[in-house]
Amino acid sequence: MNLLDYLVLFGTMLGIAAYGLWRTRGQRGLSGYLKGSGKTGWATIGLSVMATQASAITFISVPGQGYQDGLGFIQNYFAMPLALIIIAAVFLPMYRRLNVYTAYEFLGQRFDAKTRLLGAGLFLLQRGLGAGITIYAPAIVLSTVFGWPLGLTIIFSGLLVILYTAIGGNEAVTVTQKYQIMVIFLGMAIALVVLLRRMPVGFGDALAVAGAFRKLDAVDYSTDIHRRYTVWSGMFGGLCLMLSYFGTDQSQVQRYISGASLRESRLGLMFNALCKIPMQFLILLLGVLMFVFYQFERPPVFFNQSSWKSAAAHNSAKFHTIEQRYAASCQETEEEIFFWLVSRENGLDEDGQQRAKVVAAHEQSETIRAEAREAVQAADVHAQTNDGDYVFITFILAQLPHGVIGLLVAAFFAAALSSKAAELSALGSTTTVDIYSHLVKHGAGDAHYVKASKWFTAMWGFVALGFALFAHLAENLIQAVNIIGSVFYGVVLGLFLVAFFVKWVRGTAVFWGAVLAQALVFSMYFGLKNTPHEISYLWYNLIGCSACILFSVVIEAAGIGKKAVGG
Amino acid sequence: MKPLEPSPGQSDEKPGIDDKETGLPVLKTWPSVYLFVFVAFVLCVLLLTILTRAFP
Repeated sequence: MNLLDYLVLFGTMLGIAAYGLWRTRGQRGLSGYLKGSGKTGWATIGLSVMATQASAITFISVPGQGYQDGLGFIQNYFAMPLALIIIAAVFLPMYRRLNVYTAYEFLGQRFDAKTRLLGAGLFLLQRGLGAGITIYAPAIVLSTVFGWPLGLTIIFSGLLVILYTAIGGNEAVTVTQKYQIMVIFLGMAIALVVLLRRMPVGFGDALAVAGAFRKLDAVDYSTDIHRRYTVWSGMFGGLCLMLSYFGTDQSQVQRYISGASLRESRLGLMFNALCKIPMQFLILLLGVLMFVFYQFERPPVFFNQSSWKSAAAHNSAKFHTIEQRYAASCQETEEEIFFWLVSRENGLDEDGQQRAKVVAAHEQSETIRAEAREAVQAADVHAQTNDGDYVFITFILAQLPHGVIGLLVAAFFAAALSSKAAELSALGSTTTVDIYSHLVKHGAGDAHYVKASKWFTAMWGFVALGFALFAHLAENLIQAVNIIGSVFYGVVLGLFLVAFFVKWVRGTAVFWGAVLAQALVFSMYFGLKNTPHEISYLWYNLIGCSACILFSVVIEAAGIGKKAVGG
Repeated sequence: MKPLEPSPGQSDEKPGIDDKETGLPVLKTWPSVYLFVFVAFVLCVLLLTILTRAFP
């Protein structure tokens, strides 16, 4: 990165944050702080919902995932349009009619205080524990690549997001997200155009090469529940995950309940329902096309060059040999691909023999890459061997002009800040509305709650900063937090579905139903983990949700809830 | 369902108008918008299936 890149990077980041603060100056009142001006249109809501979901990892890791595994990850998003239709038709009108600040207030109004606290508690536990990851994950990649001090990168981005989120509240989050997502779109579009312009073969041939390596297998109709991404796991497990995330997670609910009207909020959700799959497809396709590009332009044997160089310092001869063998193998693959493309064009490869040679040559390269990963790990047992997160950033640095590099790095930071800001705002409002004003300080004025909300938002920001700064000491903890977070969603959704659709079930029954369902999901997850029966985590959303509904209905029908209420 | 209770921190604003009209040129009702989104989704899955099968 040169001076121009840094100017673009800091100008974009600081400019958007400053604009967000300026736009929300003089804003007062709890409603204004937590919900915004009440004038937000559908386009802003739509972009804000999109920016909240799309963290920096979406733009750093997903192209790498496309590079390594192809388009299959797209199935994870298949349930999103259906989930958003249900939310727009059922959840949203209810939230707006009750005029709530948080989704969990609705649980309190429908059931009772303990169920509200359970919903809010599960949200705070899940989001609070993972609060540092959205800052840490991109910071570790960017600081490794650019040689920036990791702590400084975390502190700079963390303080910036705390500043404008705590001061400006929900309105500042929404305003900044709109421009942040525009920077992201612009950066990704430029990267795609440059990639296509630098591709040595035409788009049709590029797709053919990707197809030969099975990178275009977007859908898998297999009913094997052990496969991570299939149409069915995406549709059924994914439906619960998406319903829970968009319908009950305060970081999303806060985005769309702030709309000027029900119509604006609904259109914002429908905008996402229409755009998310094509958007995710384009990001994955970018990764697939990078894979094709690197069949003609020799890639590094290990994309995390910082780790590679550090490991190579221990045994340079061994690493040099691996690099040489990899270069020769890549050269052979490239020649076979060109020969196959010519054969294909002339109809000379109908039996697929030349294609098989291409695949065999590539497999040889992949074997050498596997050796490279082992060599890195042998040199440092703590080194990460998955270099997928470094694929896109490597391409950016090597192929994009200066200025655009700064814009792409700004796009990564914009994605990190936009999702982090929504999380902090949601954590702050849930703590204020569902915990503090409910349990600690009942009946205080608006000004007091605005002040409290600012402090709670800042507090969660510093918790996130602290977690991110010490995350490198606990890599496994991060993974555990991510997984545990995913097993909460089903039960929370169950609570809301009972609230919306099973009118005769009351608070005590649903409370204990949810507690039992959560215990079941935990015992299944930890019981099946690392066994041959381990199932894709997406299914836990369906299991948790179904169990919560079933247990609640059974407890209510058995009269246990009634007895508890009565006695 | 329990009656609504005022709670500390609850908004003092009146709920927004429940717009029956979508304001869109062709899709005038919400069910037609949802149907449109659903059909677009089915089309996406169909196109992705064709893409998958195009390179056997």
